[in-house]
This record gives sequence, C-alpha cells and structure tokens, in this order.
Amino acid sequence: MSVLVLIEPDDELALQAVTLARSLGGPVQGISIGPADAPVDVLHVAQVDGSYAPGAWAAAVVQLVERLAPSAVVAPGSDRGNEVLAHVAARLDLPLAANVTEMRGDEVTRQRWGGSLLEEARLGEGLKLLTAAPHAFEAAAGRAGATESFAPALAEADTAVRVVESVGASTGGISLAEAKVVVSGGRGVGSAEGFAVLEELAGLLGGAVGCSRVVTSAGWRPHADQVGQTGTKVSPELYVACGISGATQHIAGCKGAKKLLAINGDPEATIFAHADYAVIGDLHEILPAISAELRKARAA
Amino acid sequence: MRILVAVKRVPITGGRIVLTDDGQAIQTRHLGFTISPHEECGVEEAVRIVEAQGGEVVVLTLGPAEAEEQLRECMAIGADRGIHLVSDEEWDAQATAAALVEAIRAEAPFDLIVFGNESADAGNYQVGIRVAYALGLPIVTGLKGLVVSDGRARAEQETASGRDVYEVGLPAIVTVKEGLNLPRYPSVPAKLRANRKPVAAQAVGRPPSRLQKLRLVVPAGRGKQAEILGRGPEAAPAVVEIMRRLGVA
Amino acid sequence: MTELSSLPPAQAVVIGAGIVGNSLVSHLAELGWTDLVLLDKGPLPNPGGSTGHASNFIFPVDHSKEMTQLTLESMRQYRNAGVFTESGGIEVARTEGRMQELHRRMASAKAWGIDGVRLLTPAEVKELVPYIDESVIVGGFYSPTVGIVDSLRFGTIMRERAQAKGALSVFASTEVVGIDVEQGRVSRVRTTRGELETAVVVVCCGVWSPLVARMAGASIPLTPAVHQMIDVGPVPHFKDTTGVIEFPIVRDMDTNMYERQDGSGLEIGSYAHRPILHDPEDLPSVEAAALSPTEFPFTQEDFTQQLEDALELIPDVLGNEAVGIKYAINGILSLTPDGLPLLGETPEVKGLWSAAAVWVKEGPGVGKSIAEWIVRGESEIDLQSSDIARFYDCQKSREHVRARSAEGFNKTYGIVHPAEQWDSNRNVRLSPFHAREVDLGAVFFETAGWERPHWYESNADLLDEYGDRIARREAEWESRWWSPLINAEHLAMRDRAAMFDLTAFCIFDVTGPGALDAVQRVAMRRLDVAPGKIVYTPVLSPSGTFKSDLTVMRLGDERFRVVTGGAHGMADLKWFRDHLPADGSAQIADLTSAFTTLGLWGPRARDILSSLTSDDVSNESFPFATCRTIELDSLRVLASRISYVGELGWELYVPIEQGAKLWDLVWEAGRPHGVVPAGIGVYGTTGRLEKCYRAFGFELDADYDVIEAGMAWGTVKAPDFVGKDAHVRHRESDPVAVLCTLTVDDHSSKDGTKRYMLGREPVLSKSGEPLVDARDRRSFVTSAGAGPSIGKHILLAYLPPERAVVGEELLVEFMGEHYPVTVATDDSTSVFDPENARVRS
Repeated sequence: MSVLVLIEPDDELALQAVTLARSLGGPVQGISIGPADAPVDVLHVAQVDGSYAPGAWAAAVVQLVERLAPSAVVAPGSDRGNEVLAHVAARLDLPLAANVTEMRGDEVTRQRWGGSLLEEARLGEGLKLLTAAPHAFEAAAGRAGATESFAPALAEADTAVRVVESVGASTGGISLAEAKVVVSGGRGVGSAEGFAVLEELAGLLGGAVGCSRVVTSAGWRPHADQVGQTGTKVSPELYVACGISGATQHIAGCKGAKKLLAINGDPEATIFAHADYAVIGDLHEILPAISAELRKARAA
Repeated sequence: MRILVAVKRVPITGGRIVLTDDGQAIQTRHLGFTISPHEECGVEEAVRIVEAQGGEVVVLTLGPAEAEEQLRECMAIGADRGIHLVSDEEWDAQATAAALVEAIRAEAPFDLIVFGNESADAGNYQVGIRVAYALGLPIVTGLKGLVVSDGRARAEQETASGRDVYEVGLPAIVTVKEGLNLPRYPSVPAKLRANRKPVAAQAVGRPPSRLQKLRLVVPAGRGKQAEILGRGPEAAPAVVEIMRRLGVA
Repeated sequence: MTELSSLPPAQAVVIGAGIVGNSLVSHLAELGWTDLVLLDKGPLPNPGGSTGHASNFIFPVDHSKEMTQLTLESMRQYRNAGVFTESGGIEVARTEGRMQELHRRMASAKAWGIDGVRLLTPAEVKELVPYIDESVIVGGFYSPTVGIVDSLRFGTIMRERAQAKGALSVFASTEVVGIDVEQGRVSRVRTTRGELETAVVVVCCGVWSPLVARMAGASIPLTPAVHQMIDVGPVPHFKDTTGVIEFPIVRDMDTNMYERQDGSGLEIGSYAHRPILHDPEDLPSVEAAALSPTEFPFTQEDFTQQLEDALELIPDVLGNEAVGIKYAINGILSLTPDGLPLLGETPEVKGLWSAAAVWVKEGPGVGKSIAEWIVRGESEIDLQSSDIARFYDCQKSREHVRARSAEGFNKTYGIVHPAEQWDSNRNVRLSPFHAREVDLGAVFFETAGWERPHWYESNADLLDEYGDRIARREAEWESRWWSPLINAEHLAMRDRAAMFDLTAFCIFDVTGPGALDAVQRVAMRRLDVAPGKIVYTPVLSPSGTFKSDLTVMRLGDERFRVVTGGAHGMADLKWFRDHLPADGSAQIADLTSAFTTLGLWGPRARDILSSLTSDDVSNESFPFATCRTIELDSLRVLASRISYVGELGWELYVPIEQGAKLWDLVWEAGRPHGVVPAGIGVYGTTGRLEKCYRAFGFELDADYDVIEAGMAWGTVKAPDFVGKDAHVRHRESDPVAVLCTLTVDDHSSKDGTKRYMLGREPVLSKSGEPLVDARDRRSFVTSAGAGPSIGKHILLAYLPPERAVVGEELLVEFMGEHYPVTVATDDSTSVFDPENARVRS
C-alpha cells in the first residue's frame, strides 16, 4: 500500500512530510492542488480553479484516497497542512495525529505544547492521517517520478469558504503588544540615549522597542514601553532582551514570546535561565553588529 | 448576536515540564491554570462584538470541576454565562468535538462559534473543524482579523506575505490566533460580577479514544537551556541566522 | 566553568544570594574577612527566592525595638546604596480600636526615636492619597520616611562591593548537596560544582533554609507560606508620574492589606486570607517553576473578600472598569512559630549559622549584624529575640511550626496585645503540678511551651478580703490578659505565703575539674564561693552589655547548677556550652526536664517549711543566698533560699516525678498558715517590680551596661570573664543613663477612665519632649505593673542622669495621652521594703 502526501509548491515543510511518508514504507504518492514538484513516485495534480479553499482541497484528497486506498495520508505541519487534513479527517470520521515526529506501526510520537512535550499515541485500524511536525525531518530531495493530473468533483459547499482577497502586510507603527519582534532594554542599556541601538535594530526588523521597569523608573522610557507584570505582556515571535537581568516582574511580561534571545554581559544573569538563545557581551557592541549583519544580508 | 466560545483549561508551564510518575499527565501541583492565548483572544473578540452589537457571549468548556475557574475568568472579561461539561479525563479530538456538538445543539442557534486555532496543550488543530462539519457550518481557521457585520464575517489569516481574506455568511465557525486583539485585563468590579454569573455544569462520560494516548515524554536534550550563539559582536551572523529561521529577519 | 574545588578553603561559605546573603558577604568583607564564597542554586541577580517577588516597601515603626533597629539600619544602607525611594506611608484605621493601636504606634515611634510621624484625620489622609475614600476610615498614622527599595539591585551592589575587595567568589546555579560536619563543627560544603572546605557556613536560603540546615543535622524552624498580591492598572492617577512611586503606601490595617503605587499600576497585597502553608520539600525547582519557585499560582477564591475590601477603600481606582487586574500571584515567604527571624549560630552545629525568615525591610541590617556576630562574637544590634538558639526541641517540630505560623499569619497587621496568648498547640509542656492547678482554676499563660498559671480563679475570695487595695482596671485594653486576682495573690503572699509553679526554669549543671573555670569565665560575679552558696550574676557580652542574668548554685567543688528563665534558657545553655574549656575538663548536662521547682514565699514560709522538716531552716542555720538538701516528709529536696518577689522563702527542687507529692505536702502544710497558690502575674510582674528586680529582655539587653542597670555591686572579680575589659571601662566613666523606678501620680485620662501602662511607653519631660541620653537612646518604660503593697503603679525606665533624681516629675505617653509620673528611686533600691528586711528575715 502506498502513502499519500499533500504537497504545496515550494514548501520546505512538504518536503519534510515526504521524508515522514518514506519512513512508513511503500510507494509514496503526492497530491498537489495545481502544479508543484516533490520527490514522490507519482504526483497527482488536482485541477482546482481559483484561490485556496480548504474544503476543495480536502475534497480532492478524499477523492484520491478513495481511488488509491493508501495506508496513510501525510500533510506538512503547516497552517494549511493541518487545516486540510483536519477537514479530511472530519469528512472521513477518522482520527488525525497532528505534528508527528515519528511513526512505528500503529504508534505515533507527536508534539504537544509546541514541541516542549511529546505524546506517544496509538492510531486505530485503517487509514492513518498524519501531519509532519515542522523541522522534525530532513527535507526529501529530488523530483517526482511521474505526474498525473485529475479533476476532483467539487460540491458548492466545498468552495463556500475560500480566499477572496490577499493583501500585503500593513505598515506603520507597530505596537508592543502586536509586534513580531520586540527589542527590549534594561538597566544595562545605561541611559535614555543608549536605546538608539535598540531603536535601530527594531526598525530594521519592523519590531517595537520595550523596556524593563527599572528603565521607566529611571525615566529613560515612558511607562507605555514597559514590558512586565505591571506593564504590557507581549507575545512576539522573537523577544530580544538587552541588558535585562531577568527579574520575575519582567519575565512575567515576556514569557509569552515564542523565542527569547538574551544579550547580557553577565553569563550567569537570571535572564539566561529563561532564554532560548544567548549572546554574552556588551549590548552596545553587539546590537550594532547585528544591525550591520542584517543590512549586509539584505543587500546580498 | 449570540456567540459561543469554546475554551480549555490548561496549565501554565515553566521552563521544564515535569510529568506525573505514570507519565500520563503534566505534574501540575505547582502550576497555575489558564486558557490558551488563542482562546483568550477569542473571548475578547466575542465580547467586543457583543458590546458593539448587543447579544450574548456563552463560554463552553469540557474539563474537570476546577475548569469553572477558567469559565469565571472568561466571564470576568465580559462573557455572560458558562456551560461546563465536567469530566476529569482527557478526551481525544473526535470525542471532544462530539461532546461539544451536543452541547452547542442544546443551546443553538448561535450566530458565531469561536475556537482557538489549536489548544495550548494537545495541539490537535481539528476540534473546531470537526464541529463545523457536524453542524454543517462554514469554518475559517487561524484568524488574526475578524469583522462581523450584516450577517457576514470578514476573516483574515496572516501569511508570510500579508493576509488572506475570507468572507462567510453567518452562522459560521471561526478559529482564532493570538494577536487577533489585545485581550483586556478584568477589572475588579468585573471580577466580582463574574462570581455571580451563571454556570451550567453537567457531567459527561468519555467515549473510547480513537487517537489513544499511551504516555507523555519530555523530549531529550537541553530543555530550557539557552543556546549560546557567541560572545561579543562576533555572534552577529549567528543571531541573524536565527532571525531568518524564525521568519523575522 | 570554575569548580569550587579549585578554591582555597573558604573563610565562610554563604548559601543563598537573596537580600540577606548578598548583604552578609559585603559586611563580612567590610570586617576584613576574605576567601568568601556565595552560592545560589538559582541564577543571578534573581535566583528565585522571596526577595525576587517582595513588595519591597519599608515601614520603620514596629512595636519591637529589635525589629525597629534592624529596619532602621537597613533603611540607612538602602539609602546609602541609592536604591531607596521615599514615598511616605499611611496606616489607616477603619475602627476606633485601630485608632487606639495607631496611638500605640505613635508611642513606639517615640520610644525608638523615629521622629516626624503623626496621626492624620481622614481628610488629611485624602490629601496625601487622593484616590482613597476617606469616609470608610477614621484616621491614619503617617510615616514620612516609608519607602520602596530595589532589593535585587541592592544585592548586586553588595556582592560587587565584596568582589571589588577581592574577598568574594560568587557561584550562581550551584546547588548545595551536602554539608559535612566533623566533631560537631562544619567542615565542608558539597555542591553540584565541587566541594569546598570551610569552618563557617551561613544559611541564607529563605524558605529553603530548613532543607539546607538539615544536611548538617541542624534545624531552622520555619515554614513557607503564601502572601497574595495582585497588580492592577493602568491607574489614571499615576498617568503623569515618572518614578516607580510618588504616592504614599497605604496599609489598610483592619483588612490586613496594603495598596501601593507601582509605576502606572497599583499593587495590592494581603495577609487576610486563610493561612496557606507549604512544606520546604514541596517547592518546585527553578526550571520547573512557571515564573520562580516562590511564585505560586494565584488562588482567586482566597482573594474575593480582599477585592471587596480594597474596592471599598479605593473605589476611584478599583471601581474603574478600565483598570484591569494584570498580575496575581501567591508569593511564598517564610513564617516562624513566633513571627521573628531565625538568626545566629545553630545550637546543633558549630560554625553553621542561620540568617533566615528575614524580610526585605530587615535584610541589610541582618546582614551587618550577622557579620558582626560571626567576626566579633556579638552584634551592635541586640538580636536576643531573633536568636535561633531560643527554641526548645519541642518548638522545632513541624506541626508546632505550622500551627503557630498559621496562627501568627493573620496577625501580621493585627492589634496584638503585649500579653496575648497563642491558641494553637498548647499543653505541650505540663508541670507535675498541672492537675492541681487545673483544680484550682488556674488561668494558664505559655512560656517556652510550658503552661504556667498566671493567676488562680480559686482565689476569688481574696478580692473581698483586700477590697479597695486592689486597683481595678476600667479600660478594656489593660484588663485584657489580666485579672485583679494577680494583685490579690500578691497581697496574700506579702501577708501570709504563696506557692509558685516555677517548673519552666531552665536548669543545667556544669561539672568536672574545669567547672569552676568554665562558670567563672561566663559569669560576671565571683563563683569561687563555698559549696552551698547561691550567686545571682549578670552574664556579659564581649562589649560588657547583658547576654543574660541568672543564678548559680555551687553544689560541690566541681558542680555548679545554673538556673535561668525558661524563655531564654536555651540561648543561655548554648552560651555556656560555647565557653566550655576546649580540653574537655568541664561538661554541661541539661536538667530542665529532670527537675521541677516549687517556689514558697511569704512571711509564713518558714513556718510552713519547718512543719514539714526536722532540718533547721532558721535564718541563722539557713541564711539567704544559700542552698542545701533538706528532707520534707519523705522527699529529699534541694532548697534554695533566694527570692525574686522580695520575701522570705525558698525555691524547692525535686525530681520532676516527685513534684506532685511536693505540691501536696506544701499545700497541706501551708493551709493552716493561709498559703495561696499564686501565678506568674505576681512572680514576673508585681512582686519583682515592687523590689525593682530587673528582667532580662526588659531592663537588661545589649543596649545597656551593668553600671547603667545599677548592678555593679562590689568590686570586679580578679579572674578574666567575657566582657571584663569593657565592664572595667564602663565602671571608669559616668553612666549616661540610669535605671530608675517611677510611680504613676495620676491615672485619669481625659474622659475620666483610669488607664494603666503596660510597658514600652515613651517617657517624656514635663513639657512633653522625649528624653534622649548622650548615646542617643530614648527613655521608655522597660517594665510596668501594679505595686499592690505600695498602692501605686510602678514603671522602670532608663533616664538620662540629670533626670534620674528622686522626686523628678516626668510624663509618660499612653494611648495618645500624657500621665504624670515621679522618679521614686534612682538606683537599685526598691520601693517596697528598701532595706530588704523580708528576704533576710
């Protein structure tokens, strides 16, 4: 029996999903909605008009499943991969194991808590539905062995929910609470003027500048910039803590960040206990170097 | 507008997750509980819509008796009442969806049903979608923007290059992501009011799991130990590489 | 990463880098110590203990002199380090009972020398704190020097000071896994980063201290407990403020809560909720904790009433729907069975010190004091109340610690009467007389776990007998924990005789060939006396102030029996043990639980005793200040002719199992002579005050020397003793304070109620000014109580020499009013029986 993989064009995560599919044994077939390529034995290109409609994609997958009777369907652990496969699971009334890192027979290992915890679980008999946890697998390389095209039959309901418009990222002032990157400074910044290097980096990243309580107490920044239990709680993709020692008051405000990069001269500072990444040294040397590196990378 | 928001009680974990001796659950003796940030935004959004347009916000949870605390938290930021399906056990996504569907049917109709995009703990990414299929309602997931007016919802997803926009007629189901809004903090009067709002509790029995949890495992490796990217300015390239990997560079 | 093992042996290892440990290493370095090592299992600067989440505000005024001195010293250090922000603080009263308590605060401030405090009307409170509803309060107590400190920053500064001297190595994220003890002395600390030899280990581990001390086999009796805090904001009133705090901190005393500005927010803390205790073993690791190991999840259900109370006081802020609850925690702090810190060398292990159960407001002062104690053998601030050696073994049990800590928690802002008794865990130490006492209607007060009759309801008939000679107390406050029966028992003792249960005495024998040298070394007075003599002696600190006062019976050439008060007995025992000769030529045996003591005093005491014995107990044969074994009926009794109540009589010692028999014998023999049972109300207060006998912890402490206390009788003995040099120096200069006895001339308050001082009130000049001596010490009432035999209320107080003149008229402030008093004696002469004819009769 084969394994079917949902392929999205130019999607690194889809190539990782192929690796998971390969690990299950048997031929690997792909399904893409519109043209794509991936190192699968046969890539089935579904002819579906128009913009992304999760119901339509799910219908295509279900129809191909009925035709190919694979042992498993694997999708990338992306927003769309998880969404489409959940639709498929709902349509087929089958369990779905999201963000799988490993599969052995009926048993899967999957991520909980954003990967902080793993669950070992058993999927019942029959068709297995899995999404591959991002970055848990190497990307498969190569091209499709063969390509076949098919036109799924779509009901009106399948396309009732679809993207009607795509708009560019909004520009303008980014608030602390919604910024994807927050560059935050503490006592180690040294002065109000010292924040210039933070402003520069935040500007380059389209992020916002925050600070710890001691900074607002010193009058270097307004209360509105304070991150912490009494200030704003932030949840950016990346929080860059510069010269912040790591008082609990402050950690309470930034622990919602997906990743925390701490820059501090004291290698034993409390902040490092909460950080994902650490740079040790003088923030006034390091931040300009990062900004310069970013500019260099963009110029290249 | 009648809006229902489904929420789930989850522990607030520390840097290192500690499991119970049998490996079946997180050791929560020292941990507080909350609802996931996605759901907090969902409740806030529902409350804002009802504040602007009138109506009612109902919060629904499936969880242990203690989960009433989370319903009260939701009511402290403006939800009107709670429905509590009481069970001490952990339910898989299919069974959860089925139980919620039954509860929602009993309270129907709703104009809008709101879920978090995925729960903070189990991360199954599917309960809202399953409920939508069972109820025959349209669903849009992963929202970071929502405008409800004239019986329609304009919903926005964040993408790498900007936003994808959907439009659906109500009633509909949406799943939302953190960042949709900035949830308010409950005021003292609101907190006190929340203690007096109604919660309808009802015990429910768990059907067999089809995705059957065997055990939990804390991943091997560094845990929450910072990866040292370097010392001084020489670390800059490594920092930029991390930023690129996180998609923020 | 450096390993500890690579370091030379440390002069001291300080475990715990919170406010105490950081302060301590700096002060040790200041005193010249080097090779110091500071360890913490958490990261720096916030390793995760209670310092990290402390509210960090400081109110200087406390009813305890010791705590006030530690706080004032801490404030001085915080100010010098530039981490103190003065905001002022107001304790508000919602009730008249609380206003009375605020008057007591005023008195304590005056007594301890804190100026600038004042009582405010509700309108004045409103002026300072515009967001409160003044209609729910009846007044406030304003302390302008209240402020906020940055305790983490202070810790860093203190560490860096020690590091700058080259005296300190700091190891963060280094957990202690063992403390080795060799021959009763600390030898080595073992950690996750290697081992280190040292002779001094200081446990500054806050809520973890019991676990760390246990590694060495010592006990630090505290329990982790919850203090709830929430932060709300943004507060419109704070919009235009810049610093962390500009408005005074409000303590809403009657609801056990406080409210303080914190930047744009308001922090609300509570001691009102049910006591929530945890076990030290139950604290999570740094890694597993959501925020920090001492910040537990908030339990909302415990805070609902507090929200209502806070809303009532601050409706402008908390009633505002735009002001949100942004943060809420159950912060973990340390509680102890008596509410006081645990300081000093542990009695179990030499070289193992405790500096635990210390709050941010005392931290730097404790750091300095412990450093002095370690380096010099004593601290400038007297730490007798906080001395960890104060506990008896039964007071260290987990259940006792939990029970008393729980009971004490809700008294954090309470109105605590000076004589207030504990409810929990009573009846732990019962004397052999207990059943008899219960039958006689004894009302028991507790000391050091012992139940001691304070008075006997069965003496009610005496009230009729003595009628008007007994001053009745009209005000509720002074009648609390008091009975006119105390005065009645006193008069019956002076007229006839009384029996006292003195089982709570701490008794230990010093024996062996080196025993004489050992006791001579510790006692100020000569102990090379003949066997059978009793000596009452001060015990001095190195600086010549009071470490204790006690009696020593020489029972033989090589046997001395030390008898000291129960409350302070364990600390005395440690002091004697610490000064035993190193050659092992003297030993100490604690006999506290081996012997019971029955006191028999009064003019008929000899008649009663002689009716029970064929031994000659006449004055000629058995004079004052001697002891010997006599036979009372079938019992062999050590009789000691001494008195703390100024009467003829004896302390009678028997093995504890023979106590009941002794009681019955004396009781039966005494009845024809009109003997009464009398309580500690007489023994500890009325009897001794009429005789101007000093009490340790009241008149006698490290703030005053022997000359000032009027106890430098005779010449200085020849052998060396602890504190001798200082004592000789003190004798050579004129004292700058003199302990005097005063009597109250008029008790009438403005509303006509008669009021009776209870102690610790400020003594003022006739114009109402505080009296300050040349060493900047204020005069205050050290002890107060009735003198039924002289018909006057008696006060003891140290006065500047120019005021210490018999007949000098002064004032005492009590509950906000001034009462006229007169100096009755200006030395150790007593106001009753000044010739001491009775004790020598």
